[in-house]
Amino acid sequence: MMTTVKASMAGTVWKILVSEGERVEAGQDVVILESMKMEIPIAAEEAGIVKNVIAAEGNFINVDDDLLEIEND
Amino acid sequence: MAELTTRSKHDEMKETIQKGGNEKYHAKNSEQGKLFVRERLELLFDDGILAEDGTFANVLAKDLPADGVVTGIGKIHGRSVCVMANDSTVKAGSWGARTVEKIIRIQETAEKLGVPLFYLVDSAGARITDQLEMFPGRRGAGRIFYNQVKLSGRIPQICLLFGPSAAGGAYIPAFCDIVVMVEKNASMYLGSPRMAEMVIGEKVDLETMGGAKMHCTTSGCGDVLAKTEQEAIAYARQYISYFPDNFKIKPVIEEPKLPANFEKTIEEIIPANQNVPFNMYDLIDRIVDEGSFCEVKKLFAAELITGLARINGQSVGIIANQPRVKGGVLFHDSADKAAKFIQLCDAFHIPLLFLADVPGFMIGTQVEKLGIIRHGAKMIFAMSEATVPKVTVIVRKAYGAGLYAMAGPAFEPDACIALSTAQIAVMGPEAAVNAVYANKIAQLPKEEQAAFIEEKRNEYRAEIDVYRLASELIIDDVIQPNELRATLEARFEAYKTKDISFTERKHGVRPV
Repeated sequence: MMTTVKASMAGTVWKILVSEGERVEAGQDVVILESMKMEIPIAAEEAGIVKNVIAAEGNFINVDDDLLEIEND
Repeated sequence: MAELTTRSKHDEMKETIQKGGNEKYHAKNSEQGKLFVRERLELLFDDGILAEDGTFANVLAKDLPADGVVTGIGKIHGRSVCVMANDSTVKAGSWGARTVEKIIRIQETAEKLGVPLFYLVDSAGARITDQLEMFPGRRGAGRIFYNQVKLSGRIPQICLLFGPSAAGGAYIPAFCDIVVMVEKNASMYLGSPRMAEMVIGEKVDLETMGGAKMHCTTSGCGDVLAKTEQEAIAYARQYISYFPDNFKIKPVIEEPKLPANFEKTIEEIIPANQNVPFNMYDLIDRIVDEGSFCEVKKLFAAELITGLARINGQSVGIIANQPRVKGGVLFHDSADKAAKFIQLCDAFHIPLLFLADVPGFMIGTQVEKLGIIRHGAKMIFAMSEATVPKVTVIVRKAYGAGLYAMAGPAFEPDACIALSTAQIAVMGPEAAVNAVYANKIAQLPKEEQAAFIEEKRNEYRAEIDVYRLASELIIDDVIQPNELRATLEARFEAYKTKDISFTERKHGVRPV
C-alpha cells in the first residue's frame, strides 16, 4: 500500500532528508519545512520504502500538499 | 403466604430489571468489546452504585428495564458523584418519556448536591413512538440540554461515549466539559450515513463521518480517544481527581510528589537555536509531580498542549506550545482548544500555567479564510477573563500576538517569568531585520550583505534581550531553566489566596 506524506502547514520546503529507494521507519523525519521562521519536521506515519519524492527544496507548498510517497511494508 | 409471594415477586422483578435487555443484545455487546451498563458502573465507582433511582421505571411495559437508563449516585475516590448511564441492551439505549425524566431528575439531584455528573452515553436516540411524550414539552429532551448549559461551570460534567450518540442526543457530549470516546464503538453524528445518503446523496461509512478517531483528531468534538472502555473509565476517574465537587470549593490538594527523574536537565533539553524544534512534553515531565500529567485533547491541534497536572500536590492546568508540531505556531484549532480548556480550569479554581514557545499566530490565505482572527480572539478572551492564579513562563520565545495569547504581561498574569535564554518581541531577529532593512540589503553589494544582516540581527537581539526586558520591569523575573520547578512551586503556593472578580457586567460578548 502507498501512503502519501503531506505538508502539515504552509511554508517552504527547506530540506528533503530522504531519497527514492531509501527505507524509512514510522515516526522518522523525512522532510523539513521552513515556515514562520521555524523548522517544521515532517515525519513518515508508517514504515516503508520511499517511492517518489514529489516536493522540491525551495518550493512553496500549501497545507496538505503532497511531499513524497512511501510504499508501506 | 401472601407476603412471601409479594416478596419473591418483588425480587424477581428487580432481578429482571438489573439484567437489562434480551440476552442476544448482551451477546452483541460483548462481541463489540462493550460492557453491560452495570459493569461499567462497577468500574467507575469505588463500590458500585449506592443510591439508584427509577429502577422500576416503565416496569409494567415488561421489556423496558429501567426504561433503558440507570441513574443514581456512587463514589469516586471517596467523593459522591451522580451518573446517568444508557443501557444499550434495552431498545439500543433509546430514549422514552421516562428515560428523559430520569435524566432530568439526576441533573437536578447533581445540582442540589453540588457534585459532578457523569453521562455514560450509548444510545440510538429518541424512540419515535414516544415522541409526543419525550420530545417537545417542558420536561422533554430539550430540558436535558437546557440543564446541561445551566450546570456548566457549576459542577463538572463528564461524558463517556461508549456507543452512538445520535441526532439530538449528540448534544449531550457537546455540552459536557470533556468527552472521552472509545475507539471504533463511539460515534457522534446528527444524521446517520443512511440518512446522509437519502437526504444529501453522500455515500459514507459511520467511522469516517462520525467515528471516535475523526472526532478526537479532526472535529474536536471528542477530547480523549480510549482503546477500551476500561481505559476510558480509568481516565475519567483520574480526570475528576483534579476538580472540586462544584464551583464553590477548591480542588483537593494531594500528597506532593517530586517530578520524575531524567538524565538530562531542563537546560540540556532546550536547544540554543530558537528555530530548532524541541519536545515540550520533555519540559512538562520535568516540572510536574511524577505521573500527574493528564492530557486533554492530545490528538487535536497538537501544536498546543493542554492538560491537567499537579505541582507540589496542587492542581494546575497547563497550556503549552509544542514546537515539535507545526513549529508551535498557533492555529485556529489550537486557539479554540485553548479557549475551552482555560474556561474549564477557571470555572473550577484550577490555576493556569502557560509555557510559551511560540512564533506567533499562523499567517496566510488559508488560515485567514478559516477565521484565525476570531478563533484567536476566543483564546485571548478566555485567558483575559480567567481570574485563577496565572503564571506565564517564556521558555524560548514569544513573538507577536503569541505573547498576548499566552498570557503576556498585559493580561495580568500573577507573574510573567522568562528563562534566561528567552526572547520576547513583535517578531524574531531574522524576520525583523528583513522587515526593516529589506531595501537597504538589496542595495548593498552581494559580498557585504551577510555581514550587514548579522550586525543588525545582533543589535536586534540586544534590544530584545530578557535582561533588558527585566530591567524595564516588563517581565517579573528571569530564572535559570533548572530553577523552574522550584519557582513554580513557590509561585503557586504564594497565589493560593487570590480572589478577584474580572469586572462587573451581565456578561461579555464572547467572540465565537
